[in-house]
Amino acid sequence: MTRVFIPSQLQSYCAGATEVPASGGTVDLVLRDLDRRFPGIKFRVVDEQDRIRRHLRIFVGKEPVHDVGVPVRDGDEVLIFGALSGG
Amino acid sequence: MTTAIQLLVGTRKGAWIFNSDAGRSSWRVEGPLHLGQIVNHFVVDRRGGGTMLMAAKTGHLGPTIFRSTDGGKSWAEAKRPPAFAKSADTQAARAVDHTFWLEPGHASEPGVWWAGTSPPGLFVSHDDGVTWDGVAGFNDHAMYDKWVPADAGTPDGALLNQIAIDPRDPAHIYLATSTGGVFESLDRAETWAPLNKGVEANFLPDPYPEYGQDAHYIAVHPQNPDRLYQQNHCGIYRIDRPSETWERIGLAMPKGVGDIGFTVIPHPRDADTAWVFPMDGTDVWPRTSPGGKPAAYRTKDAGKSWARQDRGFPREQGWFTVKRQAFCADAADPLGLYLGTTGGELWMSDDEGENWRSIAAHLPEIYSVVAAPAT
Repeated sequence: MTRVFIPSQLQSYCAGATEVPASGGTVDLVLRDLDRRFPGIKFRVVDEQDRIRRHLRIFVGKEPVHDVGVPVRDGDEVLIFGALSGG
Repeated sequence: MTTAIQLLVGTRKGAWIFNSDAGRSSWRVEGPLHLGQIVNHFVVDRRGGGTMLMAAKTGHLGPTIFRSTDGGKSWAEAKRPPAFAKSADTQAARAVDHTFWLEPGHASEPGVWWAGTSPPGLFVSHDDGVTWDGVAGFNDHAMYDKWVPADAGTPDGALLNQIAIDPRDPAHIYLATSTGGVFESLDRAETWAPLNKGVEANFLPDPYPEYGQDAHYIAVHPQNPDRLYQQNHCGIYRIDRPSETWERIGLAMPKGVGDIGFTVIPHPRDADTAWVFPMDGTDVWPRTSPGGKPAAYRTKDAGKSWARQDRGFPREQGWFTVKRQAFCADAADPLGLYLGTTGGELWMSDDEGENWRSIAAHLPEIYSVVAAPAT
């Protein structure tokens, strides 16, 4: 099981939760698991080519992720942040 | 006879709904809806279904479509928003940055909607906006990269900025794009051909190319669908089909005002009458009201002459910018005209442009205004 930290921009999908459990062996599978329970959330984080959207940041633990194929091990934390995006 | 009107206003920071009384004299505001979302287009189904669709994204999050089937009281997200097909070359592959235009389908096709995106893409929904599919006839056309190059677009990216359907024939569809001009399909979006003869592109080596123009806005007249008006990056045009050649009717505009703008709005009951809202397209393209004196211009003779309509607008120091989806008409008699500015003001005329008044201020930058009969 993985803990996923949800930024304010996405909490409306999760009934206001700041942290939700998810499962999956990669960032992509974790996002798919989230999307099953919170429909629509994945497409707002990654585009149709599975690229992480430009103004979002994802970390597995403390390591930044640039590819959704990055492995996620049981017990890892996945953190999603809204980065700088102007006014 | 007038009627109560509903205005759907999309802004850079959310959406609002304004409802008028039966005389269009007072307005009640609802909102904000989806505060903080960048709303490029907010549309209600004019065919009677009443579904509202909103094209939205935020600074951080990817694009989506919000739907309401109860007049904006509650909203759900499209289950599959417009998105290009997955490609093996993920670095070069297209991804929808935002949906720019939402068009209810032909009156004979309830539940069908069309969408235009940036980068340029055409999408269709057959279930009232719940799920969307790419239209291969355009998105995968062999000429796509030449017709609508994604790297030659507006500051917000190249656009498929409008879809217009012939009210006589659901298979007859026009597209307006910011990097290719106008395209026409006679077979329900299966095949396409450019329709740009006579339209200038003064930013290209060949100023009258087959394609490459920047079509800001096209209007198919509802009662005479053979007549189209176009507000282009390089002027105001009209075409009367089956002619293949546009005529630049903006040359009759006053020289000090010019014929640059985003929108041209025909009178729904008189194909010879139309309005534009000029902007300054000289020098470095301020895109503000020429001379700081906002005005609409109306033709009553299909573009042979134009009359200034500025009563009620600031007489000076009025630097309006009115974007392409932010000028519209209702269908009442006399016709009501509405425009939203990037300064967050909403203006209206209830007498076909003779007099204008501000009906709201202090909104965020207005991207779209759509008028419909109130339900």
